Amino acid sequence: MTIAAKFEIEYLQYLDAEGKQVRDDLPEFAKDLGHMVELYKLMLSTRVFDAKSIALQRTGKLGTYASCLGHEAAHVGIGSAMRPEDVYAPSYREYGAQLYRGVQPREVYMYWGGDERGNDYQKEPARHDFAWSVPIATQCLHAAGSALAFKIRGEKRVAVCTIGDGGSSKGDFYGAINIAGAQNLPLVAVIVNNQWAISVPRKIQSGAPTLAQKGIAAGLFSIQVDGNDIIAVRKAMEDALERARSGKGGSVIEAVTYRLGDHTTADDARRYRGEQEVKDGWEKEPMKRLRNWLVAKGVWDDAKEEAWKAECDEWMDNEVNAYLETKTQPVSAMFDYIFAEVPADLAKQRDYVLSLETKGH
Amino acid sequence: MAQITLIEAVTQALAYEMAHDDSVMVLGEDVGLNGGVFRATQGLQEKFGELRVLDTPLDETTIAGVTVGLAVQGMKPVAEAQFEGFIYPMMEQIACHAARMRNRTRGRLTVPAVFRAPWGGGIRAPEHHSEANEHLFTNIPGLRVVMPSSPARAYGLLLAAIRDPDPVMFFEPKRIYRQYKEEVPDDGEALPLDVCFVLRDGTDVTLVTWGAQVKEALEAADELASQGISAEVIDVATLTPLDFDTIAESVQKTGRCVIVHEAPKTAGFGAEIAARLAEECMYDLLAPVERVTGFDTHIPLFRLEMKYMPSVERVVDAAKRTLAAS
Repeated sequence: MTIAAKFEIEYLQYLDAEGKQVRDDLPEFAKDLGHMVELYKLMLSTRVFDAKSIALQRTGKLGTYASCLGHEAAHVGIGSAMRPEDVYAPSYREYGAQLYRGVQPREVYMYWGGDERGNDYQKEPARHDFAWSVPIATQCLHAAGSALAFKIRGEKRVAVCTIGDGGSSKGDFYGAINIAGAQNLPLVAVIVNNQWAISVPRKIQSGAPTLAQKGIAAGLFSIQVDGNDIIAVRKAMEDALERARSGKGGSVIEAVTYRLGDHTTADDARRYRGEQEVKDGWEKEPMKRLRNWLVAKGVWDDAKEEAWKAECDEWMDNEVNAYLETKTQPVSAMFDYIFAEVPADLAKQRDYVLSLETKGH
Repeated sequence: MAQITLIEAVTQALAYEMAHDDSVMVLGEDVGLNGGVFRATQGLQEKFGELRVLDTPLDETTIAGVTVGLAVQGMKPVAEAQFEGFIYPMMEQIACHAARMRNRTRGRLTVPAVFRAPWGGGIRAPEHHSEANEHLFTNIPGLRVVMPSSPARAYGLLLAAIRDPDPVMFFEPKRIYRQYKEEVPDDGEALPLDVCFVLRDGTDVTLVTWGAQVKEALEAADELASQGISAEVIDVATLTPLDFDTIAESVQKTGRCVIVHEAPKTAGFGAEIAARLAEECMYDLLAPVERVTGFDTHIPLFRLEMKYMPSVERVVDAAKRTLAAS
């Protein structure tokens, strides 16, 4: 038998579910315990932020919201590995990555609270990142196009996109990794495999044993990591970013995690998945293992945890207040951003709406 | 000065803008060495290299989505859909992202891109190669939908489309790609994207059309003139945002209007113009507005396709009906 080509997918994990280190070759960043504490703190603030968002929705102060519960290691691992000049194209629940890049909680609240200004990220580097992309996997091609622009201009920047396990079924994902392979583009596509695409489980999403191997078909470096282990996610990201930045091409990373919450606040996951599975998911969740590891290293404890949670609460309360105090845009805002300048024909419709306003309609 | 065809005017505009603006680039299927299946990009890759004239993988979704990404990063991509009938996979990226990026980010991110596509029937092409579907795009906010009808307008409107800060659908009527030549100075002068062009002055009836049907409308005006009827001919050119004022002024003068387009009749863009006339010019009208269009059928394969297309005779008949009415 002649083999035309042969492939394998590496699985990367440093910390097991209990926080026990399963390999000795810690990457450089993980030897800096001060930095690891910073990552843990951002994961914790992401979780506090998420709980606050759901509370806002349940009390009628927010529209439908997509929770990131359980994804903290994957998201913070992605965001913290990127450089400011890189570009991020998220789907719609990667707050951990985005908070790292300067998206403000109040902006998340504004978007899910029905105000386009939530997409107008004010702080760099988020300001040059893409906004949330609701149509599944479409953002992968925006990242590929960004990567192509960087290559054409000779810029040492990388475009990163994230999608879910369901998103990896879509043509836009295949198209993005395909052109990245064909044109050797600096693209890193991360499949945050949380096992559920709303109610459709991973096993009937794809017959592929790993989702990472989809990258092999496109000629990209491909790896599967424990997505609840921030050291593994961050290490795979750093390697992928370095390869992309140095012209060695794109990567696909599958971060295996679990969606501990509902798909969105409009969903009720009890309709389609059992309690035991969710309990198992909590056993493997990302915060506990990193906390155990940091406690064992002597750099974290309950007092620090409580103090940081209190700081997060204060931060989020501040953000919630800023969000709740934000006045609704004037009705003309509906027209002001359709084109660079409002065309005469559209201005007539705007003026009509404004005339209704003055009549108090 | 050389006389050039409409398709050569497209190439001339692309070459001019690429030479004067490094951020302008072309991407699509077969646009490189092959110069595009209609040769719109002929010679560009030799001049500007394989990255700025990029042969993409064969996936229209990829072309459209990558175009959005390029444009957000400050490039000015000109994407080619090989045929209008292959544009459907691009529509999600165009409608959900290209057309709404500026609005949904409150102006933070923008998509200064052009989506070109050879448009319409009449060249005895295979199935799916003859579609006229501009009306599917005129209903999408945030897009400019532009269709040239002569070499000079192709050159000037394409330059304007590339320079426009927002996404432009640029539909090229392939039936008249090589219909005739005219002098088109390569002077980089763009035409405005916010006006209709009055191609022929008249007093009795207004013929409103765009793209390839400008040919039939002008021929119909000649025929009507030989019968003593004076027809004004308007090339809408930029369908959205619409310069309705030019159409209204003409109809206020003539009192009669025939709208001619190749796309199916129901909910075609002619319906929008007819509705506007009803809203704004009802009391100027001396006769019901006529529409001469394709039918609410798929464009037939080529043995029957000319039976589907608006003909000079159908336009003349419709114009005479408006005159008979009053």
